[in-house]
Amino acid sequence: MKILVPVKRVIDYNVKPRVKADGSGVDLANVKMSMNPFDEIAVEEAIRLKEAGKAEEIVAVSVGPAKAQETLRTALAMGADRAILVETDEEVEPLAVAKILKAIAADENPGLIMLGKQSISDDSNQTGQMLAALMERPQGTFANTVEVDGDSVVVKREIDGGLETVKLTLPAIVTTDLRLNEPRYASLPNIMKAKKKPLDTKTPADLGVDIAPRLTTTNVSEPPVRQAGEKVADVDALVAKLKAMGVA
Amino acid sequence: MKTLVLVEHDNSSVKDATLSVVTAAAKLGEVHLLVAGSGCAAVADEAAKIDGVGKVHLADDAAYEHQLAENVAPLVAALMADHDALLAPATTTGKNIAPRVAALLDVMQISDILSVEGEKSFTRPIYAGNAIATVESSDPKLVITVRGTAFDKASPEGGSGTVEAVSGPGDAGLSSFVSAEIAKSERPELTSAKIIVSGGRALKDAETFEQVITPLADKLGAGIGASRAAVDAGYVPNDYQVGQTGKIVAPEVYIAIGISGAIQHLAGMKDSKTIIAINKDEDAPIFQVADIGLVADLFKAVPELTEKL
Repeated sequence: MKILVPVKRVIDYNVKPRVKADGSGVDLANVKMSMNPFDEIAVEEAIRLKEAGKAEEIVAVSVGPAKAQETLRTALAMGADRAILVETDEEVEPLAVAKILKAIAADENPGLIMLGKQSISDDSNQTGQMLAALMERPQGTFANTVEVDGDSVVVKREIDGGLETVKLTLPAIVTTDLRLNEPRYASLPNIMKAKKKPLDTKTPADLGVDIAPRLTTTNVSEPPVRQAGEKVADVDALVAKLKAMGVA
Repeated sequence: MKTLVLVEHDNSSVKDATLSVVTAAAKLGEVHLLVAGSGCAAVADEAAKIDGVGKVHLADDAAYEHQLAENVAPLVAALMADHDALLAPATTTGKNIAPRVAALLDVMQISDILSVEGEKSFTRPIYAGNAIATVESSDPKLVITVRGTAFDKASPEGGSGTVEAVSGPGDAGLSSFVSAEIAKSERPELTSAKIIVSGGRALKDAETFEQVITPLADKLGAGIGASRAAVDAGYVPNDYQVGQTGKIVAPEVYIAIGISGAIQHLAGMKDSKTIIAINKDEDAPIFQVADIGLVADLFKAVPELTEKL
């Protein structure tokens, strides 16, 4: 089985995003960029399935600017076998990303497509579900555990009330949640090896996908700032405050 | 505009998350509901009483019992022929189904809205709530998920909607429900609790978490939450997690114990009315958003607080 792993280049997890003064967006100039953490978990899970003999090949895909090659090289250094960059400098919305991935999947015929449940940039949480709909395939979202079993995959999902297990007929789309695994760090030798792994480049037009946006962002602003209150000296003072508020 | 609201339920009653979505939908126009489930006629009757509701579509079919997205999305997409906007709660159920509907309709979903700014204009958080974007849709139909804490709850009484049975394509044959591990608890649900006591990594282990946090929560009749670090460390199950990728909460009082206040956690609770923080590190970021802070060793302060309340 082949596993397709879409990965997104986003602002690094540890960087605090700054809103541009003119309200046009978040300032990405000279900001450290990395692979979306949820996608890293997807790459890791794909590698573990390959190591367990459940998959033969892992293909990483990214939709984004030329620099997204770095993100793909990270996936290759972790253990993906080859990569495809669908290059565009435009902002691509989840619906268009899903259409691009559908076109790639039509060429590659993966048994499993594994991706992060959301990107930490626009927090949409849509791409996996949309891809599943367009391909008319099942979806296992917010995965906590993934077990491939013959022609199906059993996914334990993190839901609001606890955990839910579903069984999906392959090919299927799985989106990863935080506790699925802890991604490995790429070793230096593997980083060197990754430079020689194949990386193809295509464009959305090559795949016949219209990426014209459906949403227009008219403004981006800072959220309302919460002011720090006061510190109390001891538990007695805290109890007095709580009682004054009518709590207890 | 005619809106369709996806009702959150467990086949026996309407979940509170639905009520905030009805409020958001009412800002756009007429409110119709969809109850998709199995043996869920009572849910439809209850939903019809929500203030401001018109028609309630009831799809009662074994295929919808567990609300598998593969089965429910085509049903919703078909109903959207007569509606202009779908609104679903930004719960794990809503987030699972709505994008699948959006793709079937070939429209871009607007996720997790905080406000309705116009017929097709909404605000939503991006970058874990570090920025708020105003977006406008050019699609002919809208598909929206709604952040529950951002809208008042519609009154569950006073409405006089009519229930109408509908049927959809049923089982798509792609997926099946195997099992669920749903925590049963007498405690208020996190997303509707008035008071939340939340613990972080400083609680050391599952046993200590239970010993320190539970008595205080019991005394206050509070829900129990946790930071991602505490969940990752296995102190409590995943459904306790408060944060951008966990639950978004906004109780009257949020008591953060041994939580440093990572951006990710703050994104999930900073709309709480009053935030109280107990932490031994006086420089912890949580104190920058707390209304009342106590710099103290939680293992001494929390039992003392529990006793004195």
